[in-house]
Amino acid sequence: MADQPKTLSLRQRGLNFEMLMWAFTRFSALAMYGLIIFALIGALIMGARTHMNFADIMRWAFTPNVTHVQDTNLPDVAPWATAFWKVIASLIVLVATAHGVHGLVVIADDYITGPRGRQVVRMLSILFMLFMMFAGIYVIWTS
Amino acid sequence: MELNRNVSLASALRYKGQGPMLTYVLHRIGGIGMALFITVHILASFLGGKGGVFVNSIYENWLFQVFIFFCVLFHAINGLRITILDLWPRLIVYQREAIWIEWAVFLPIYAFAVLVIVQTALKV
Repeated sequence: MADQPKTLSLRQRGLNFEMLMWAFTRFSALAMYGLIIFALIGALIMGARTHMNFADIMRWAFTPNVTHVQDTNLPDVAPWATAFWKVIASLIVLVATAHGVHGLVVIADDYITGPRGRQVVRMLSILFMLFMMFAGIYVIWTS
Repeated sequence: MELNRNVSLASALRYKGQGPMLTYVLHRIGGIGMALFITVHILASFLGGKGGVFVNSIYENWLFQVFIFFCVLFHAINGLRITILDLWPRLIVYQREAIWIEWAVFLPIYAFAVLVIVQTALKV
């Protein structure tokens, strides 16, 4: 009754960069769900529900960085500004940047089809990704 | 290898891909929208100064928030659908049903978010 899968097995297909990034895109999406829900629950436990609006809670969830809450009416910023939350925010930046830049490369590959152009896109995207990771983590740890 | 697609923009626009095509297009728009926003936002925080303040005033605008929340929420929910269907390939046959469920999850959350964003905008 059930259809036979029409795909090759992993062994026949072999591991290549595209296949690994395909898996990375899925698993990094799940990792971001985990991290964002974790930050959301953390924010609610630290009292976001009594002194934060919807936009601030969302900003905290997507990057639990103290600059995302310091303008709100918080009685005490200390529990928000810990190394623990900086590590979580850094993880989100690393995972999200890698996921996002690979997504942009996938889109670029739909329009830039020559091997030379793709090579250029890949080199530029790696530089862009490293710079954004550096900038994001620099902002998190120096604010 | 050079790829050749003999598809013009006009015929591409006439393609009736229905639900899956729509989610594919919206997923791309959402992805590009978020990539742009996050790049600009990180650069603004990194560079600081007057430019940073100007950029922050853009994303605090309620119209921009309605747009970016669409990007984030749709990309997240559609991405979860893609992840689930891809990790359990047997479920692919239920793709259309999955897309209906996706809209049933997306629309109420997004409607509520837009309501809150607009209410906050009207108060100030």
